Amino acid sequence: MINLKINGIDVSVDRGTTLLEAAQFLGLPISTLCHMEGLTPYGACRLCVVEVGDPPNSRLVTSCTYPAEEGLKVRTASARVLRARKMIVELLLASCPQSKTIQDIAAALNVRQQRFRQENEDCILCGRCVRMCAEQMVAGAIGFTGRGQDRSIGTPFDSNSEVCRLCGACMYVCPVCELRCTYNEPEKAICGGCANLAPPCVDKPQFDDMMCYMQPCVACEIKKD
Amino acid sequence: MEQHSDVETVNPRDQTGGEICLTCKHLPGCVQRSKQASPILFCDLYEEGEWSADLVAGIIDKHRGERGGLISILEGIQAKYGFLPESALRLVAERTGRSLVDIYGVATFYKAFTLEPRGRHLCSVCVGTACHVRNAPAVAEEFQRQLGIHPGETTEDREFSLETVNCLGACALGPIVVVDGHYFPQVNTRQVGEIIGKTQVGLDFVEVATDERVFPVEVFCARCNRSLMDPDHPIEGHPSVRVTISFGRKHGWLRLSSLYGSFTIESEDEIPEDTVLNIFCPTCHAELAGATDCPVCGAPMVPLIVRGGGMVQICSRRGCFSHLLDVSGSGA
Repeated sequence: MINLKINGIDVSVDRGTTLLEAAQFLGLPISTLCHMEGLTPYGACRLCVVEVGDPPNSRLVTSCTYPAEEGLKVRTASARVLRARKMIVELLLASCPQSKTIQDIAAALNVRQQRFRQENEDCILCGRCVRMCAEQMVAGAIGFTGRGQDRSIGTPFDSNSEVCRLCGACMYVCPVCELRCTYNEPEKAICGGCANLAPPCVDKPQFDDMMCYMQPCVACEIKKD
Repeated sequence: MEQHSDVETVNPRDQTGGEICLTCKHLPGCVQRSKQASPILFCDLYEEGEWSADLVAGIIDKHRGERGGLISILEGIQAKYGFLPESALRLVAERTGRSLVDIYGVATFYKAFTLEPRGRHLCSVCVGTACHVRNAPAVAEEFQRQLGIHPGETTEDREFSLETVNCLGACALGPIVVVDGHYFPQVNTRQVGEIIGKTQVGLDFVEVATDERVFPVEVFCARCNRSLMDPDHPIEGHPSVRVTISFGRKHGWLRLSSLYGSFTIESEDEIPEDTVLNIFCPTCHAELAGATDCPVCGAPMVPLIVRGGGMVQICSRRGCFSHLLDVSGSGA
């Protein structure tokens, strides 16, 4: 067991526990975006920053990727943490203002407006869909391509992937998914289920309900008719 | 891996009429080879599905199980073809057991990799800060106008690829343009046409009489430290370098031009192209062999001590012009 102090409260956790898990165990609210139970921590969105160490030498780390250490002092809601977190939310809002998830996080942190140029992106590169596809659906159909400002999520060679089962899990976990569905460009679409009206379980080998994240499922609706 | 055992046994000389392209030695009757001296990094013939699955499989197997082997594999494929063909990437994914999207992610992440065939000549125009303030954007624009392509594109005849780079670390020489590894400093828009013209003629072509890059070196045997210079038989006006050679069953003398940058040789026997020579000191008869291999063709490099300190290494393969001059630590 590892003993550490979170916001002055002593807590002992198993080796390998992340600070986020320890804080959640104590019921401390830490907003997260790229973090998702069942997927490996990624630390892309930086929303879950906490302060570790004693003030003059303290630093901000992402709690979702930082493992608990013996004797560590953690503050999850210090002025510095809140300032950093608000800035991150503002930046996220600037890139994807239409996302309901980000709006909710902003509201919870009392951020009412942002100071940056509005971008109206449809992706914040949190990597949830990529990890979902690789880890839970075991497909590895989508991934990051390019780098820097050209970084985006897509299939190899921007064509329909042959390993994609059109399960829709990537859309299900996407925090800004309203624009992820590109049904007007079927050849570019990751899913394409509705555009082609060729739902996954019709022409592909049947997979059971647990593997399908479409809710309500287009295919099941059609089959019923 | 029986299936790619034939890779090395093909004798390219039988098919290409004497000369070898490092990238397309499997193709008979290569028409591009005669145009230039340096190896062709991209050949049009590859487009016609002539890529060899065996060759790619060989590259993959070489790096199998290595940590970070993927980049080495991709580098190997790019060195062979000049770009990363889609089918090769699919094969890499299949044989390394990784998902194609992982491979594609790495291939698109690094700027050194390209998924599109590049032209025979690559023009890189630096538009970093120092070059930018010295009018590099106008130079880049002039290249675009004269070649008719945008940065990142390749001309239709596959002669030129144009790219802009952000800094080459040679800011004092700015605006700087690099074509096929040759640096052109302080370029203005009027010189652009000249650079393109020179490139088409061939940048490796050296005027021995006037070129400043060509200078005589005096070399010694690394074993007995005696001079290898032969003042009685000058080549190109300078004493030649005389060594003894053997290849196959033949044994004889070889005289090399002592001009660094010139490749003129005279020899007792006709040396066929692509022969790897064993080179000996004519005085002490020790073999002049080093520990390094040629970075271009893989044949052993021959070290020669340069007067004043340092070492020059020449490739022992006939027809390979690779050479390294190392005067570091000599204080000269």
